[in-house]
Amino acid sequence: MKLDLDKLRAIFTQDAGADRVVPPTGHTAWLTLFAAGAMAFLAVFALALSLATSRLADRWGDALARSSTLRISAPEGQRLAQTDAALKVLQTTPGIATARALTSEEQRALLAPWFGPDLPVESLPIPQLIEIIEDHAGYDAAGLRLRLAAEVPGAVLDDHTRWRAPLVRAASRLRLMGWVSLILIGGTVAAIITLAANAALAANAQVIGVLRLVGARDKYISQAFVRRFTLRSLGGAAIGTVLGSIAVGLLPRTEAGGGFLTGLGFQGWHWLLPLIIPLLSGAVAYAATRAAAQRTLRDMP
Amino acid sequence: MIELENVAYSYGGGELLSDITLRLQPGSFHFLTGPSGAGKTTLLKLFYGALMPTAGQVRLFDADVRELTRDDIALARRRIGVVHQDCQFLNHLSVSENIALPLLVSDRDMLAEDANLRELIGWVGLTQRANALPPELSGGERQRAALARAIIMSPDVILADEPTGNVDWEMSQRLMRLLIELNRMGKTIMIATHDLALIRTTKSQVQARVLRISNRRLQLAGADL
Repeated sequence: MKLDLDKLRAIFTQDAGADRVVPPTGHTAWLTLFAAGAMAFLAVFALALSLATSRLADRWGDALARSSTLRISAPEGQRLAQTDAALKVLQTTPGIATARALTSEEQRALLAPWFGPDLPVESLPIPQLIEIIEDHAGYDAAGLRLRLAAEVPGAVLDDHTRWRAPLVRAASRLRLMGWVSLILIGGTVAAIITLAANAALAANAQVIGVLRLVGARDKYISQAFVRRFTLRSLGGAAIGTVLGSIAVGLLPRTEAGGGFLTGLGFQGWHWLLPLIIPLLSGAVAYAATRAAAQRTLRDMP
Repeated sequence: MIELENVAYSYGGGELLSDITLRLQPGSFHFLTGPSGAGKTTLLKLFYGALMPTAGQVRLFDADVRELTRDDIALARRRIGVVHQDCQFLNHLSVSENIALPLLVSDRDMLAEDANLRELIGWVGLTQRANALPPELSGGERQRAALARAIIMSPDVILADEPTGNVDWEMSQRLMRLLIELNRMGKTIMIATHDLALIRTTKSQVQARVLRISNRRLQLAGADL
């Protein structure tokens, strides 16, 4: 698509006198400003949601994809022997970088959220857990299960696939919803600006008649309306973006205990992304007003 | 310049103008008269491309108006100054801004034109009212402002629709003197009016043709005027 820089430049450089030929119309002015501002505010949140869910999906994927857990459920007298046997199997399995049995303290820490910190792990028939970290190539889970079934009957391999997949899928859906929300917000801005521009054009039919009478080309008339609505939309969206960014900045920061509901804000250079929203809003307003103006002027006698 | 050949114009099923043939020669002065509703304003609108004929041909500066795009018509209008009976101002702009409107929409350098604009405002006697808004003007002042706007681009043709309709006799004489002066500068003038006294008075000062619309057709008015 060829970008017409002259038209874009004219939006910002057309002299104020030309801008004044369109009289200010109160209700379309505040409607455009408010709609652009409100939509930009929502767009900041949708963007933050998309980015946060994207990070979440990556985190869940990365953190869980390379690790697995082996659970040794054996009678008290056999647990240690089966643990050793399992570790030997794991050490000789291609694709496994490290494998280690969790200590009693680590197992207690895992259970602490449910049973408190003073659980006597040693005296309870709790399975021994072995943490497996894959290398880049990964291991053959089906083959490992067969080996373990033969050599360590009490071992159950959990490669996290069962519960990792729905989490990643949920995060991906949320990210998709965020992007769909952004598209819907853009469409809503276009619809509202089109309605406001149509109302302004209809209210200014007499002005358009006078401009034509004195030799104004339709392009000039259209440009006057387009410039006004584009700048209003840019201004409204800039205000909405600033307010939205402040609101996102005030959300709780990422906390380990906070789960999904924390860390919804932007991180690092992502804070620059909301700057695109006013520009997109201006571009949408430009296209919507231009189309509305051209259509109205074409239909006018 | 502007030519009408066998032009007809109909609307609402009825024919308002029929078989009109007329050629505006450079530097000529025409009056267009006829009773109210005869089609004077319609004929003027055909002259500047605001209406399309239902039959016949209108030629604006050697181009068939039907073959012109909207942009072409806009460019042609910069060579035709129009004074409307109701003046048609932008009420949110000052008098001087309204007068300068044709310059503005033509992307002319407003700073370079400033001296000309002030001179023109002075010529029509509106220097003291330059910053007023149109609704604050009297009828005569509005007509003079409309005339100033019509001639600021130094058009070849000036079309005036009842330019003295809302002003007293003294002001109408003043406006006519301005139009006669423009004609002496070489401008083609066409004035639609039903004021026969005005036509008689003006004819004593300038060589003018008087055309009358009667029974949908254009006739040259004679001694019965």
